[in-house]
Amino acid sequence: MKPFAYHQPARIPDAAKLLTSIEDSKLVAGGMTLIPTIKQRLANPAALIDLSKLGNLSGITDDGATVTIGAMTPHAVVAASELVQTKIPGLSALASMIGDPAVRSRGTIGGSVANNDPAADYPAGVLGLGATIVTSTRQIAADKFFLGLFETALESGEIITAIRFPVPLKAGYAKFKAPASRYALVGVFVAKFADGVRVAVTGAGPGVFRVPPMEASLSENFDPTAVAAIRIDTDGLTSDIHAEADYRAHLVTVMAKRAVEAALS
Amino acid sequence: MSNVIGIGASPKRKEDQRFLTGRGNYVSDIKRPGMTAGVFVRSPHGHAVLRGIDKSAALASPGVIAVLTGDDVKADGLGSLPCGWGISDAKGVPMKEPPFPMLAQGKVRFVGDMVAFVVAETPEQADVAAELLAVDYEVLPSVVGVLEAVRPGAPQLFDDVPNNICCDWELGDKAAVESAFKKAAHVAKLSLVNNRLIGNPMEPRAAIAEYEPGTDRFTLWTTSQFPHVVRFLMGALVLNIPQHKLRVVAPDVGGGFGVKQFHYGEEAVITWAARRVKRPIKWVASRSEGYVSDRHGRDHVTEAELALDETGKFLAFRVNTLANMGGYLSTFGPNIPTNLYAPLLGGVYTTPAIYCNVKVVFTNTVPVDAYRGAGRPEATFVLERMVDVAASEMGIDRVEIRRRNMIPKEAYPYQTPVLVQYDSGDPMGCLDGALVAADVKNFGIRKAASASKGKFRGLGYSTYVEACGLAPSRFAGRLGARGGLYESATVRVHPTGQVTVMIGTHNHGQGHETTFAQIVSEKLGVAFENVDIVFGDTDRVQFGMGTYGSRSLVVGGAALSKATDKVIAKGKKIAAHLLEAAEVDIQFEAGKFAVAGTDRVKSFEEIAGAAYVPHNYPLEVLEPGLEEQAYYDPVNFTYPGGCHIAEVEVDPETGTVTLVNYTAVDDVGTVINPMIVEGQLHGGIVQGVGQALFENAVYDEGSGQLLSGSLMDYCMPRADHMPMMNVATHSTLCTHTPMGVKGCGEVGTIGSPAAVINAVVDALSHLGVTHVDMPATPNRIWRLLQNASLPVAAE
Repeated sequence: MKPFAYHQPARIPDAAKLLTSIEDSKLVAGGMTLIPTIKQRLANPAALIDLSKLGNLSGITDDGATVTIGAMTPHAVVAASELVQTKIPGLSALASMIGDPAVRSRGTIGGSVANNDPAADYPAGVLGLGATIVTSTRQIAADKFFLGLFETALESGEIITAIRFPVPLKAGYAKFKAPASRYALVGVFVAKFADGVRVAVTGAGPGVFRVPPMEASLSENFDPTAVAAIRIDTDGLTSDIHAEADYRAHLVTVMAKRAVEAALS
Repeated sequence: MSNVIGIGASPKRKEDQRFLTGRGNYVSDIKRPGMTAGVFVRSPHGHAVLRGIDKSAALASPGVIAVLTGDDVKADGLGSLPCGWGISDAKGVPMKEPPFPMLAQGKVRFVGDMVAFVVAETPEQADVAAELLAVDYEVLPSVVGVLEAVRPGAPQLFDDVPNNICCDWELGDKAAVESAFKKAAHVAKLSLVNNRLIGNPMEPRAAIAEYEPGTDRFTLWTTSQFPHVVRFLMGALVLNIPQHKLRVVAPDVGGGFGVKQFHYGEEAVITWAARRVKRPIKWVASRSEGYVSDRHGRDHVTEAELALDETGKFLAFRVNTLANMGGYLSTFGPNIPTNLYAPLLGGVYTTPAIYCNVKVVFTNTVPVDAYRGAGRPEATFVLERMVDVAASEMGIDRVEIRRRNMIPKEAYPYQTPVLVQYDSGDPMGCLDGALVAADVKNFGIRKAASASKGKFRGLGYSTYVEACGLAPSRFAGRLGARGGLYESATVRVHPTGQVTVMIGTHNHGQGHETTFAQIVSEKLGVAFENVDIVFGDTDRVQFGMGTYGSRSLVVGGAALSKATDKVIAKGKKIAAHLLEAAEVDIQFEAGKFAVAGTDRVKSFEEIAGAAYVPHNYPLEVLEPGLEEQAYYDPVNFTYPGGCHIAEVEVDPETGTVTLVNYTAVDDVGTVINPMIVEGQLHGGIVQGVGQALFENAVYDEGSGQLLSGSLMDYCMPRADHMPMMNVATHSTLCTHTPMGVKGCGEVGTIGSPAAVINAVVDALSHLGVTHVDMPATPNRIWRLLQNASLPVAAE
């Protein structure tokens, strides 16, 4: 680990100002990815800007049609939230599958979404539910937010403050865990709304993506059998020592089916 | 004595008081005055010529004290890291033994090979300087797999090792095997890979070295399973430090599994550097650094053939193996896939003719050496898979074919055709016990229940034997060992009757402080809490060989037992004098020396007191004091064995294998502490299950990069992978160890991989699957099912 400066601003504008004014500075939320990377000297930021003292960034609220989760809300809180369990049980289930208890206690939804790890769970939930990412400067639709491998629409100095989830009729998440890391080898989130179904896949490729043929089929008939025969193209899917692309493609179908089962259970 | 806790009891472990309250004393806990920090610069390439190293930027970096390279090693005329075993080919030609410099010279041969050592005031400063070291590499193609390494035109690691073959080794009667194959009614064949493993002890390796100019003495604190052997190898053969000027301390060590039973270059470099900088230096490996420098295990490619008569009797077994040695010969490297492998290919069967050829091969990978089980899991896996393949091809039940070939209990001692003679055993008894314990008769019901959920259920057997209690020195010497393999113990009785034992083995998780105290408590009748076990410090303990090969209780415990007997013998002489009786009339029992048939007794404490306050004492014929030492060299290996039965469920949709039941009935001889033995069996089984289902060290051919370079990509078994294990012992006593013990540290790891894979194959056999390589990952199983071209669609 190389030495770095450490800031703990109390206001979002202060944090944004530090972020733009200090070259090579990084925001740290739960630090579940950033801190190990720094320890391995793979990242060497000049300054860390800790978001934990910013007011009002943690917590879950509900206005009937939308559940809003503050960016600094840890996964364990989302997993245990009666509100989320009632309104979007698929999302609390997703949160309960992230990492291990230590990671769930420290890691935050904002950190996970901003990092956009291609095998992280939250991007599937955010994209699958068609959520809105609320930042210090604007609101971004999930469909416009995730831009591929660790890339997002966030601009320099922009800080996620909350995620707004529309409450679906049904939603479910199924995850096939990578054996060692327990990230998603393939994770599929399905959500049924009055105007249609959304299906989002994480882990299978370089970034979270939707599966229009599955969405169309499930919009007709929200049942596991509706996706069981839909194969996705292996082009662009990840091949590594844990899973080859065609196996990942197969798992997308299996996990989509299981996500629908979970949504209906 | 009231608090005697002896053989067969399960007291809580003495050492856990400090471990569980955070009061252990590990190398990285130790701080020395003026201590500096050392960091190794390691090769990022699998294979490269070292064209030059420019130290100037690193030396100019803040806080840097020294930067040392292979040129400095050469200038100081230091030796190469020694190999402890020298094997030979069939014609008696010794193995190729290229030098293993402690810092690379001329070439680097694996990712992680050490290029330089940087010493600075702080670890951060050392890290910064290490990044500034300019190393000029001319990158060469790497070869990482054994099949690729022996192919014509493969990259050559050493100029004088053609085809990268270190030794073309063999054992057994080749002609007898060939003639048996000609007569065979059936020949079963099997090709398999024994996957490469990384040890992953909880505590990474670490070392601190210090030089005292006033006494010209060195001290090395190191995470080692055998500090005396490190002192010998490093002092005598690498650094030219006289033994009396070198102290090696291995304090609390957080797990070894073999990874810490070698003399590593890091130990030699840091000790050498400590004298150069005249200050203590500490180095602590990160987990990632351990992955590219801790010796790896296994890594075989094997072709095997079994000849059978028409009744399924084994006539002959032929095995050809390519074994990966990595980039250099590690301390025991060439011994593992040869002497600890081929002699176990007889298993628990009466196979009359066996031949094994092993080509020991260099590759651009971390050196490979002993890892829990070391050669014996590989042998057991080949044999127990082979038996299942033969049974399936001949249409004989897998249990029945084992019974037809098993060595009956009455046939012990049993001489195998591959050197070893089993002294005792009852494989049939273990099998029968395991069949009941695993409820095999109701397996069909469980299989049907799985099928109703769309799952395939399978049952797998492994009836195995291993050789441990390393080792009879004379026998090992004939096989190429360059050292002895005895063990030593000193029993020091204090004037007040408490006991301190100095023993040459090393406790790094096995519970020795408890087990050895039980032996002393039982034999001397002293309270369990009045016995302490000292180990791991060459200044406090007489020469000993350390802990590996399930030897600590078998060999070290025997030395302890002998030393304790000597204490009793001397105590009898003292008691005879005090009680005015003849020595032959003194009986020692339950901590009392008594004149036989009388009520005249002296307690153990009274005798100890008299030995140290010899006012009334036979000084003319007996020295004062009560402290005895014994060395023990075993006459044979011990042969634990047993039967393991694994039951798995396969999800055909995802290829996931779930271990649902696990039963082990093991013959480990006399059990001193059942709780500790059970723990050893549990841990060993989990490690074997890890190899069978999860663990795989994967290198990229060509670049030599380790792709499974961290716990993110190298899958260790976890608690939630395991069912509750059903373990029991069915012991026959070893006929040649003092207490009848056989050893239990490795049996779990040896018996389990074959049981698990046999279960997976059984689950898939209706689809025509005949073999699954380890690890049986979901992707691999799914691929097999795809190739079986049967409908396994998602619905």
